[in-house]
Amino acid sequence: MQARDIVFFSMQATTASRGRTILTLLAMAIGVSSVILLISLGDSGRRYVIDQFASLGTNLLIVIPGRSETIGGPPPLLGETPRDLTLDDAIALTQSTAIRRVAPIIAGSAPVSVKQLEREMVVLGSSSDLLEIRHLEMNQGRFLPPGDLDRGGNVCVIGSKGRKELFGNQQALGKWLRIGDRRFRVIGVLADTGVSLGEDMGEVVIIPVATAQSLFNKVSLFRIVVEASNEDAIGRAKKAILSIIRARHEGEDDITVITQDAILATFDKIFRALTLTVGGIAAISLVVAGIMIMNIMLVAVSNRHSEIGLLKALGAPRTQIMGLFLTESALLSITGAFLGFLLAYSAMKLLAGFLPEYNLALAPWSPVMASGLALGTGIIFGVLPARRASLLEPALALSRR
Amino acid sequence: MIKLQHIERVFLVGEEEVHALRDVDFSASGGEYIAIMGPSGSGKSTLLNILGLLDRPDGGTYELDNIMTTSLDDKKQANVRRHKIGFVFQFFHLVPRLTAEQNVELPLVLAGVDKTERKKRVLETLESFGIGDRVHHRPDQLSGGQRQRVAIARATIMKPTVILADEPTGNLDRASGNDVVDILEELNSQGITLIMVTHDPELGERAKRRIKMVDGRIEGDTATQS
Repeated sequence: MQARDIVFFSMQATTASRGRTILTLLAMAIGVSSVILLISLGDSGRRYVIDQFASLGTNLLIVIPGRSETIGGPPPLLGETPRDLTLDDAIALTQSTAIRRVAPIIAGSAPVSVKQLEREMVVLGSSSDLLEIRHLEMNQGRFLPPGDLDRGGNVCVIGSKGRKELFGNQQALGKWLRIGDRRFRVIGVLADTGVSLGEDMGEVVIIPVATAQSLFNKVSLFRIVVEASNEDAIGRAKKAILSIIRARHEGEDDITVITQDAILATFDKIFRALTLTVGGIAAISLVVAGIMIMNIMLVAVSNRHSEIGLLKALGAPRTQIMGLFLTESALLSITGAFLGFLLAYSAMKLLAGFLPEYNLALAPWSPVMASGLALGTGIIFGVLPARRASLLEPALALSRR
Repeated sequence: MIKLQHIERVFLVGEEEVHALRDVDFSASGGEYIAIMGPSGSGKSTLLNILGLLDRPDGGTYELDNIMTTSLDDKKQANVRRHKIGFVFQFFHLVPRLTAEQNVELPLVLAGVDKTERKKRVLETLESFGIGDRVHHRPDQLSGGQRQRVAIARATIMKPTVILADEPTGNLDRASGNDVVDILEELNSQGITLIMVTHDPELGERAKRRIKMVDGRIEGDTATQS
């Protein structure tokens, strides 16, 4: 029998019982589309988080005071550490060739006020390099001026949201505002870059790190953000940081260096695992669809006893009968998978319309996987009915009308 | 050409063994016209099924055109059915969703014959059976006589050497029944062996050789009596 004829024959058989066929296709389509959708949502989520991390900057290393041990001892939950990270530590790091930029950070929260308006805001003490390291953009004015890190100044840069809340429609540039009991001149307003990783740069006030030290009355840094000179230098930069700090801290490794890469890789792993889990759960609906296919095929076999007997009488061996019925269930599952893909595609388009910022898209390999799964279920669940059909005794099958 | 020796066929009905065929010896040469007659339950349909390789005997041997069919596997038996045997059934057994043309085409499709070749042969055959104008009708749009003619066209499309007909007129009125028998006899006169199971004594009389079956045995055979 020619392949084209097999497909044609099976297609005619499935369209003969229209209602059952449509219901089965629906089940298959829902199964396939939920697998594609859930996997794609997981994948989109993964890409979203990775992008967010990437938007923090490139080739970043973060130096945190305190040692997180992998063996023994409790982790430094409270950030307690025998030695502080100091501004001089940060300055020392710039000596390494593997390091391009260094930005020390002191973070705190303080009341910020303009005339009678007062708000509690996040105050970051940092340096001019933060602009480049964090990929920040200016809307108006300029960022913190470069210069010696230990020389502060009463200037500040504010986020776009903070500007709106404190100054309303008025010009903010050049105006004075009050942080705690000090006065600062606004020299720049950040562009609105949206929320990145839950940290809203629209609501911060950035002041020189030395000024922040005296404002919050502490010398220890919250952390140091380091940009390696290029991607290949990340490893070297990490070693350099550790050895420089060790030398400065009397031979003790009392800092933790996190590379952006490592965080990215971890999140990547977590999200992949999550995606597979969710996809696996959705695959259960594929199994249900597979059982429906088995059911419809079993009904077809018992409804078409005499036809099967006839095919045998006309010279069809068992293998041919088996092939015909397997083709029928494969056709059902492939068509169902295709409909499911269309369903998933349009659902994703709809979702992406509502949530444009998440950049939703079908995972490129999900259609391939889903149709593979569908074909697999179709054939696996088609074997039993096809076998039953092929083993019918022709004389018996023909005698029953 | 057909040679049955010591054919036994036993069915289990509940716990009781029913001997549908007991030690049947039967032979026929090419081109014969044989009617198998007998009361219901006498084993004539079982005999026909075994002749058509639709059923396997529990004992004995069956030789068809010098092929020992009883020792063939499923695939080879199917091949013998495909090329040597044409079936005509009481209930026609046309596939309801297929048109007359597609029903007749079915054996060729199963055999993997090419589409253009198929089309030509099918149309020729339908034409010669007088149903050339019913090509695109489905079985439920055909009369009983037309259906049986489609079925006969299907049985002959592979040019078999034997046609096995099980009560071919059993579901037809007298006029169309006669038409169908005429067609079968015409085929027989072209050299195809015709073996027909029938209840109808009148129909049986038309056959050149009559076999009478009772209780799974051949009780009378006009060929051995004369």
